[in-house]
Amino acid sequence: MKKEDLPQDPGALDEFTREVCYVKNEDGKYETALSRGWEVKKQALDSAWDDVNERINEARNAVMKGEKSPIHYFMELRLMDLPVLSGYTGFFPFFIKRHLKPSVFKGLSDRKLEKYASAFDVTLQELKNFKG
Amino acid sequence: MNIDSHTDEFRHVQTAHCENGVTTALLRYHGLDFMTEPLAFGMGSGLFYIQIPFLTVNNGPAISFRTMPGAIFKRTCKSLGVEVTRKKFSNVAAAEAFLDQKVNKGVPVGCQVGVFHLTYFPKEYRFHFNAHNLIVFGREGDDYRISDPVMEDVTTLSKPELSRVRFAQGPLAPKGHIYFPEKVRPISDDMIRQGIAKGISRNVRDMLKIPGNFAGVDGIRHTAGHIRKWRDKLGLKKASLYLGQIVRMQEEIGTGGGGFRFLYGAFLEEASAYMQDDRLSVISEDFTKAGDMWRASAIKMAGVYKGRLTEQKDFDEIADMLVDIRAVEKEAFEKLSRLRLGK
Repeated sequence: MKKEDLPQDPGALDEFTREVCYVKNEDGKYETALSRGWEVKKQALDSAWDDVNERINEARNAVMKGEKSPIHYFMELRLMDLPVLSGYTGFFPFFIKRHLKPSVFKGLSDRKLEKYASAFDVTLQELKNFKG
Repeated sequence: MNIDSHTDEFRHVQTAHCENGVTTALLRYHGLDFMTEPLAFGMGSGLFYIQIPFLTVNNGPAISFRTMPGAIFKRTCKSLGVEVTRKKFSNVAAAEAFLDQKVNKGVPVGCQVGVFHLTYFPKEYRFHFNAHNLIVFGREGDDYRISDPVMEDVTTLSKPELSRVRFAQGPLAPKGHIYFPEKVRPISDDMIRQGIAKGISRNVRDMLKIPGNFAGVDGIRHTAGHIRKWRDKLGLKKASLYLGQIVRMQEEIGTGGGGFRFLYGAFLEEASAYMQDDRLSVISEDFTKAGDMWRASAIKMAGVYKGRLTEQKDFDEIADMLVDIRAVEKEAFEKLSRLRLGK
């Protein structure tokens, strides 16, 4: 990539930093230059977030309809999958899957719920009385 | 920039990739002023490609354009005869105590962290990715001074903030991983040349000789094969999310696939000066070409996730582009292999 071709499209990084890129200068030698961003990347990131937000909405609806426990919603809200949540709570994925069922969730002890609440950065009350 | 006296030698280095940056800045701090990001990347044989089978990350394919986390620091230090200390902890308090001990002595240290809870990162970038690296290089009141190599300037983190990211959970959990050069001896140009030769030959091995079809240059073809099937198998929506994930893995800050090819080109250019071997700077052009092709493929993929390209023939064209990239990279590494450096 030539130095003059380095894209400077403002994106999510704009308030944060510019990034170092290796580009060819006029003499055909490599040097570093700073880029504000690239439209192609920005759109990839945007579409990833569109997907995340869609998943959060679907999760909220599923919890409201009583198909899933609030753990399912907070898991999507915090972009977690089973291995990540398992790491933060110490529960094996097999048990987490069970806790996603509203019937099993109802019977969970406060001690277990506390672990989920701290993994999700919410209070025990927010987890128990999910309002959507 | 106001720097405390006991860290006056530490200089923040901004780089394209976090681990290169930590390696470069720490080695420079220990007196190896010749160290640059391309050199650290090349000596550490950082260029790679792998699509990890059966694994999904953030609900997409798990693709990496670089070698294993930690390998660049380890290999570069080893080939320069630098002794390193690395530690992981099961206990948060022990990890904090060890860090404090080093910081109080004024020793800058590298830390592996997760980015999800990294407070100074923009929210859009905070996914559960646990192989980010930064340097802790001092104290400012109750806060730690942080040099994050992907950032233009230094920043700070409070103790709870730092402990939280050092003990992020999930795949590649850092477990408080801390590392720093312990003993650095004077380095001769001959050692640098040997390190370069070793770095190149190891990278040739990783890209050409690795068994299996999903890693090295063959891994690129493997992914191309997947892309051809995605539209029918996953539906257009999911297939375009998968392509978006490839682009993010490829071009996003600190991960850089296309960018890493330029970085490797810059390394070969530097290497050719050290080795006084013009053939290396000629091969450097091949990597520049590969980097440009990766970027062209990203533009094409963007056409799909923007909804402009929807046909199977578009997926086939993207796959063909990857197959072409594989051919260019394969030939470039074969040329490097034929140089028989250091033999």
